[in-house]
Parts: sequence; C-alpha cells; structure tokens
Amino acid sequence: MADIKNLTRGIIKENPAFVLLLGMCPTLGVTTSGTNGLGMGLATMFVLILSNFFISLLKNVIPDKVRIPSFIVIIASFVTIVQLLMEAYVPSLFEQLGLYIPLIVVNCIILGRAESFASKNGIVDSIFDGVGMGLGFTLALTILGLLREILGAGTVFGYDFLGLLGVENPKTMLVFILPPGAFLVLAYIIAIIRKQ
Amino acid sequence: MAYVLIIISAVFVNNIVLSQFLGICPFLGVSKKVNTALGMSGAVMFVMVLATLVTYILNKYLLVPLNLEFLQTISFILIIASLVQMVEIVLKKVSHSLYEALGVFLPLITTNCCVLGVSMMALDLPSKFNFVDENSLGLAIVFAFANSLAFGLALILFAGIREQLQITEVPKKFQGTPIALISAGLLALAFMGFSGLV
Repeated sequence: MADIKNLTRGIIKENPAFVLLLGMCPTLGVTTSGTNGLGMGLATMFVLILSNFFISLLKNVIPDKVRIPSFIVIIASFVTIVQLLMEAYVPSLFEQLGLYIPLIVVNCIILGRAESFASKNGIVDSIFDGVGMGLGFTLALTILGLLREILGAGTVFGYDFLGLLGVENPKTMLVFILPPGAFLVLAYIIAIIRKQ
Repeated sequence: MAYVLIIISAVFVNNIVLSQFLGICPFLGVSKKVNTALGMSGAVMFVMVLATLVTYILNKYLLVPLNLEFLQTISFILIIASLVQMVEIVLKKVSHSLYEALGVFLPLITTNCCVLGVSMMALDLPSKFNFVDENSLGLAIVFAFANSLAFGLALILFAGIREQLQITEVPKKFQGTPIALISAGLLALAFMGFSGLV
C-alpha cells in the first residue's frame, strides 16, 4: 500500500542537506560538534514527521488560499512543543542549540516537504517521507558536526579520542569550529558527493 | 553612542549571515546578480524593522505580562508571514516594477531565518551587548535596522563575487554551490578580522 521508496529516498539519494540544499541555516550554524548536529537533526526530524502527518491528515480540509499560513501554524506548534520538551529534558543541549530551535519553524525542509509532498500524498507515505528526510538530515548534520569537531577540537562527541591514542596537546585547526570552517567543510562534502 | 556600537557590531563583528548563519538560503539563492541582491536587501530591511517593531511590542505588552512567552514562536512567525503578505500587496500597487523584479523572493522572506532570528534576538539585547543596560524599543529597532544593513552588505558583496565567479574557470565538481560556499567561507574568514572591534 505504502511505498517504501519514500522512506529510503530522503536518506542518501535526495538528502535534504547535501543534495536538495535545503535547511542550510542550521546545517552551518549548529554543527560545531557531533552532539549538537545529532541533537538538532533529531529535533528537526520530530517536527518534520509530525507536521507531515498532520498536514497530510488535514490536506482536504485546509482551503487553498490559506495553505501556507496554516502549514506555518501547524509547524510552529510542533516546534513550540519540541522547544518545551528540550528545555525540560535536555537543558544542556537546549542551551547549546539556543536560537536555532525556534528557527526550526522556518527550516526550508519542513515547509518544503509540506508543500511539495505531504499536501499531495497519503498519510503513511507522508510519515515515511518525514522519517526518511529527517534521517537524512540528521545523518548530514551529524557527519558535518563530527568532521568539524574532529578537525577543530580533536574530540568525537565530546570524547577526547586523540588522548586515548596517546597524543598530548594535539594541535587542532580552530577555524573548523568557526563560521568559515562550516562553509568550507560543507562545500567539500557537496563536491565529493556529487555524481558528475 | 550605544546605537553606533550596535550598528558596527551587527554589520561587521557579528554579521548576521557570515558569523551567525541566519539568512543563508537567500544568501545562496538570490545573490547571483548585484541588482537582485540590492532589491532583496531593501525588502528584507523593510520587513525586518517592521517585524521587530511589532513583535517587540507584542512581547512586551501582551506575552510577558500574561506569562505566555512560549507562544513567541507561533505569534512571531504569524506576524512575519502577514507582514510579508502586506508588503507584497503594497508593493504591487506602489511600485510594480520592483514587485516584478523581486518575483518569488518576496514571499520567501517569510521563511528567511534572519527576520525571525533578529526579532527573537532583539528581545534580550543586554545579554548580547555589555554596553546595553536595559532593553528598549528604540534599541530593538536600531538593532533590526543594523542587522538588515549587515544582511544587505553580505548579500551585495557576495553577489559581486559570484558575478566574477561566473566568468572564471572552476573545476567541474565544484561548479555552482560548492565554489559559492567556499567563497562564502573565505568572506566569513575575512570578516573574522573585525572581531574584537566592539
């Protein structure tokens, strides 16, 4: 009944961050470490799945003229829920991600999938799409965060693995945790992944 | 004096696009020509200042007294969406050529992280600038104006770079987005030279 392709598509082939190039703001902004990237990806996936589900559920009820504002209200409500949950249960991650959590509401991925997929497809397909795209986004953010963290701070998810290997006071390249580093690492990842 | 420092800080030291990563989507999407960049910056300036004004007032006199801060996200984005709609309608009547030039980018300002981001940052300026003792509407508006200048500056600079990139030879794998991102990274690196200025 439901197409499993909707689930797998978003992970590699149409990865939202590396291929579709959507949701650049958090991709560049929060990937200062693997944990931050992972946390942000999961939060976005949560909102994406739920908003895809609800928008697909209500797609025949929402009038076409107020389509976009209604989508925004639905997405904003779920973002608020995520905000409150994160503030309560993972306060340290909440502090790290800061302003970017409410900014999930303007993440092009969520509105983009709502507009191009969820409003035109069935409920299960939309949930699959949300899971796939969310996983793809989380994967992208975690990889980017890990690369930046390893190059810029020498740690992996906060663990000093270089220390375990016996390297004392490693010289890391600070620029990778800073804004320019984000642009540069993402550029190279996109160039490497490209088909041509 | 605080106003000048805020403007210098927002435009150079903590440039909204190059060091805070807000507004990347239009930054990469609209910046192919200097003319479109100029038009987009103007539109963003108008929406950003107006949105910050309205959201600040809404927050101060409605959300905070009623302990409804958790509604910030929803209410702010709705205000921004309606403002953009209004700007579209007004622009269509007043300056049709500009409306045509901006095209699809005008409604895209709604999903522009900058506008929502700046509105939220403007609520708590003392925590960002140590020369500001308490919040005020005037400071919030100057902050919004300064950030829209910052966005415009980054966008126009980048458009200039991209116009130049179109006539240079770029390795096949890097054409398009990757080389644009690398240029943005170098631009961000250059702007890092301003840190410590304010």
